[in-house]
Amino acid sequence: MAAVVLGALFLASCSSDLPQSSLNPQSVEAEQIDRLWDLVFWIGFGVFVVVEAALIYAIVRFRKRPGDEAEPKQVHGNTRLEIVWSIIPVVILAVIAVPTLTTLFDLRRPAEGDFLRVEVIGHQWWWEFRYPDILDGDGRPLTTANELHLPAGTTSELQMTSADVIHSFWVPSLAGKRDVVPGRFNYLKITPDPGTAGDMIKGQCAEYCGLAHADMRFRVFLDGESDFEAWSAEQLAASPVPTEGPEAAGYETFTALCTTCHQAKVETPEGTVDVIGAALGPDLTHFGSRTSIGAGIEDNTTEHLAEWIDNPASVKPMSPEMNDLAAGRIMGMPDYGLDDQQIAELVALLEMWK
Amino acid sequence: MAMTTTEDLGYTPSTKGLWSWITTIDHKRIGILYAVSALVFFIVAGVEALLIRMQLATANGTLVSADAYNQLFTMHGLTMVFAVVMPIAAAFQNYFVPLMIGARDVAFPRLNAFSYWLFLFSVVLLTSSFFLGGSPDGAWVGYAPLSTQITEYVRMDYYSIGAQLLGYASLGSSINFVATIFTMRAPGMTLMRMPIFVWMTVVTSFLLIFSLPVIGVGLWQIFFDRNFGALFYEAQAAGDPLLWQHLFWIFGHPEVYVLILPAMGIISEVLPVFSRKPIFGYAFVVFSGIAIGFLGFGVWAHHMFTAGMGPVAEAGFGLATMLIAIPTGVKIFNWIGTMWGGKLTFPTPMLFAIGFIAMFLIGGISGVTHAVVPANTQQHDSYYVVAHFHYVLFGGAVFGYVAGAYYWFPKWTGRLLNATLGYWHFWLMFLGFNLTFAPQHILGLDGMPRRTYRYAEGMGWDLWNLMSTVGAFLIAVSFLFFIWNVIVSYRNGKIAGNDPWDARTLEWSTTSPPPVHNFDEIPIVHHQDDFWYQKYGEDEGGRAVRLTPEQAGKPDVVEETGGIHMPSPSYYPLVSAAGVAVLGAGLVFISSGVIGFAVLAAGAVVTLWGLVGWAAEPVTRGSH
Repeated sequence: MAAVVLGALFLASCSSDLPQSSLNPQSVEAEQIDRLWDLVFWIGFGVFVVVEAALIYAIVRFRKRPGDEAEPKQVHGNTRLEIVWSIIPVVILAVIAVPTLTTLFDLRRPAEGDFLRVEVIGHQWWWEFRYPDILDGDGRPLTTANELHLPAGTTSELQMTSADVIHSFWVPSLAGKRDVVPGRFNYLKITPDPGTAGDMIKGQCAEYCGLAHADMRFRVFLDGESDFEAWSAEQLAASPVPTEGPEAAGYETFTALCTTCHQAKVETPEGTVDVIGAALGPDLTHFGSRTSIGAGIEDNTTEHLAEWIDNPASVKPMSPEMNDLAAGRIMGMPDYGLDDQQIAELVALLEMWK
Repeated sequence: MAMTTTEDLGYTPSTKGLWSWITTIDHKRIGILYAVSALVFFIVAGVEALLIRMQLATANGTLVSADAYNQLFTMHGLTMVFAVVMPIAAAFQNYFVPLMIGARDVAFPRLNAFSYWLFLFSVVLLTSSFFLGGSPDGAWVGYAPLSTQITEYVRMDYYSIGAQLLGYASLGSSINFVATIFTMRAPGMTLMRMPIFVWMTVVTSFLLIFSLPVIGVGLWQIFFDRNFGALFYEAQAAGDPLLWQHLFWIFGHPEVYVLILPAMGIISEVLPVFSRKPIFGYAFVVFSGIAIGFLGFGVWAHHMFTAGMGPVAEAGFGLATMLIAIPTGVKIFNWIGTMWGGKLTFPTPMLFAIGFIAMFLIGGISGVTHAVVPANTQQHDSYYVVAHFHYVLFGGAVFGYVAGAYYWFPKWTGRLLNATLGYWHFWLMFLGFNLTFAPQHILGLDGMPRRTYRYAEGMGWDLWNLMSTVGAFLIAVSFLFFIWNVIVSYRNGKIAGNDPWDARTLEWSTTSPPPVHNFDEIPIVHHQDDFWYQKYGEDEGGRAVRLTPEQAGKPDVVEETGGIHMPSPSYYPLVSAAGVAVLGAGLVFISSGVIGFAVLAAGAVVTLWGLVGWAAEPVTRGSH
């Protein structure tokens, strides 16, 4: 009894107010895994209690007592017992194996019917998300970074690959992790519970990928149907090229420096839509609409953003000195030595680009 | 009957001074060298672990930089696996396998010395990276293409060359143990009379012989990718990053059993002695060990359940992994069966042996949860896995080797370790260990990935991390008790005599410490646990009865004529190993041009000198 309480405490201790917990499942897939985990946990816990109890019993019962000098019987073994305790684990494992296999094949089955496709591309040390079925007038897919929006209640299938080294996409409350491997595609299905609409859930890279692996985080926003549509429409739109004020000055700096690595889809006052810059870093078209910067490591506030532009490596470890643009190797954002005014102008621009 | 004195050995072995250690080819001294080295590197790896835990004690720790942290955890893993646990196993195997089978040395004493020196110099090379160019920072698994990505610095060259050379050292000693055990057992010591520890040495040796070449190839591929523009792991050139994972884990999983099986062997020696009963189900314990060895080669891909192999392969490897629980369970049940009905006493070795069972069980159960593939995709690369393998490799292996240290220290030194300090060591370590690693299960399930130098506030991880850090310091304190114990007991410990535990196996039949030639007379073996049966018979109820001197008579020994031939000391193994290590250093810096090539050439010359000298050296000096 006490043991069961202990086990329940172990599980309970893990389920309150945890933004990134596998024990707090919020999707069909994570719930399937969690049910399997519960089964295995309690079986394992039972084995633990029985075997440790036998061990403790042996320690207490068969300890040599003072004055007892008799030698024990020299038992060499017992074949029947050996067979019994070889078979018991087989039975226990069979009980575990069956739901393991059914759940495994279920989870790995490709998404069917009506589902949303999302492309996930891992980069050192940020996430690129593209929606190949959500296109603008020129056929360009919705592209964003570090903040994934998924419709609650419907299935999304993530097609994942990497631009550099191996990463792993992990949102414990929504799905088991899946590695993001250069040169191949891995797939992950996520069907968030309808009740999660409006929630934000945290995830992060789970495969060690170098210097800032710990800071390769992301946020998943679960939207109701209309919210998701509103969000996609907003994200598909181009951002305006500012014509006056600090934003316009910021735009000058942006096109001189930032577009070396960052891309943005902009609309001139004359109404022409243009994609400027190189797609080596996160797309910044709607940067102002994001809640975080630096791949989920800080909230997107004016101070944090200014700090980041001033000296990126002070916020997040990076090694921009190892960037090799020709080879497409980007290992961080350089410190361009901008003065306070230039920084303020850039911040104004980026905050305008909601 | 041959009466042996050192004059009969054909030379007078010098037993004092640095030179005697440098030139030693005595398996016992090499065992001690392994043990002392392992202890020193354990302190290094322990300090690395404490720095890691201090960094993670609170959210957003700033004690060390991300760059330093990544080197620290990589070196902690490499050091613990290759420079602590493997050599401490080698220490016990070197010292005790010949003694336990009634042999006078290993089959190839000079190869044995070469293996030790190559191990030592390789670890020195690897550790020197802290000061010369930076340490490996790609995790002990060295996953490509991260490990081949940055060639501007040599960190992962240290990894590929260091691990390569350590592999050669292990390969040498594995071949040595197999040859020794299969050809040099005393008369009557049939395979099924060998102590379990010797059996586990056979299994681990074969595991290494078959698995090290695989990673050897992989490590050279990493080296070639890094230094010569080979593209084995470059996806954009149709190379395959997952190939490395397969090669690594075909070695890496058997390696886990290499680390744990010798500890299981030690437990299987300690438990019968302090239960005053033979091991329960000898044949089942032996064959379950062999089964673990075989199955260990068929489960490597359970380290890759998130890599995208496809559900059929995942199902197969998941089921194979579950199968390993069966022989492992058999071992645990037989250990408890050994204690069952015995007369248990609890000196320090027994405490650690029981601690092993209690803690290893937890690691075994969490191991089964990894085999549940969908659950594995939540656990993989999280702190849950860190907790699991520390329960296996610290709660299991380290507890087991510490049990061995308390058990065999009297045979090494002639003196017992202090029991009171031993109690403190055990209970502090037991408490500290659980405090450190139990909370990490929860951290992992709550989403904390491993190999992360910091974490944010508000994740619900703060308390568990703090507990874990406190526990790590308790473990450190417990080992201060151990080190203090070793120092004071070595000088002033209670005199042990030949057989302080009233034990069962042949190493206890000779003096403590044993003479250079181990046994004056080679025993003829009639039983499993032969030494016990020289002391005890059984009454009609099966109870042990001490034999009177008349009943016992004189032990049956091999009649030898003439002197005992022992190989003479040599420094050429050390010279050769040093040459190979210098050669390795040259390879590490090969991309820096002239310096690299100069060091490489110097290493080659020294290696050649060592090997030629070794080959030309007469086998024995003097006459006998």
